[in-house]
Amino acid sequence: MTDTHTMTDDARALDSPLHIGGVEFVSRLIVGTGKYLTNQIMIDAIRASGAEMVTVAVRRVDLDRTKEEAILHHLDPNEFFLLANTAGCYTAEDAIRYARLARAAGFNEFVKLEVIGDERTLLPDVYATLEAARTLANEGFKVMAYTNDDLITALRLEDAGCVAVMPLASPIGSGLGVVNPYFIREIKSRLEVPVIVDAGVGTASDACVTMEQGVDGVLMNTALAAADDPVRMSHAMKHSIIAGRLAYLAGRMPSREIAVPSSPTTGMLD
Amino acid sequence: MTQETTIEIQLIGKLHSLDPGHTVASLLEALDLQPGMVVVELNRKILERGSFDASEVAHGDTIELVHFVGGG
Repeated sequence: MTDTHTMTDDARALDSPLHIGGVEFVSRLIVGTGKYLTNQIMIDAIRASGAEMVTVAVRRVDLDRTKEEAILHHLDPNEFFLLANTAGCYTAEDAIRYARLARAAGFNEFVKLEVIGDERTLLPDVYATLEAARTLANEGFKVMAYTNDDLITALRLEDAGCVAVMPLASPIGSGLGVVNPYFIREIKSRLEVPVIVDAGVGTASDACVTMEQGVDGVLMNTALAAADDPVRMSHAMKHSIIAGRLAYLAGRMPSREIAVPSSPTTGMLD
Repeated sequence: MTQETTIEIQLIGKLHSLDPGHTVASLLEALDLQPGMVVVELNRKILERGSFDASEVAHGDTIELVHFVGGG
């Protein structure tokens, strides 16, 4: 695992930490805990990803499967920063209720606000999201809002008091990668709060390209959980997030549509 | 007048009969749930953990129990 450590050391030495709502993170990768085949694979994959912040969902207790389902039986809240989500909510009212329940669990004030507007695409209802964000921010929540790749909504969410704005790369679970890098860059350039791209990343190159747009981080779940080998993919994602970030900070060369030789054109033999 | 021997509550979306005299704390114990692992909503109001012992369960109450599960 020397290579892994080297990469993490690179991230520490060559990048600054990520600050969200007053909390500092070295890793710019946030991962979900859903859809893993087993709890053990989930834990191994999360550890391999290097992520410090992990998302969890709020659901009714199933009395027959409590120990199996309850994520805290498997995930140590001292090892990871828990980010509860409002996934599955279709109204502002429901999302607010879920956020309050999550906060009552007693870990932190953070919530990943997600209000879905359409079942087929799982695209966010940005109006309801904005409404819920205002209410929750007023109640002292640190809201990280999942949203569309729409600049105006992102600006409004920042105005509403969100501590991070999280535009999608492409629809949740689609693995299509970043479909609109221009809008993602524009959102990043116009917001003060961190911009985390949430949803749509499919593989390591997608994560790298996303980070190369200059965003502060990436949140993913399915790309890891649905890989044939989630643990190996988590290693890959860890590296690609760091690679994309460092490439962004390094500043890429201009692209040209004509070749330019890398070796001297003088000093050639007669 | 017949004495009521059980009360009925809506628990996690289902009608349940239980003996009278339960508190939220004793109900959780009867369900084999650790109080630190669940959040309790009693009649749509979230209960503070510290109030489980003092919260009596009454006939007709609606109780929701939620916890964290895997999600993205």
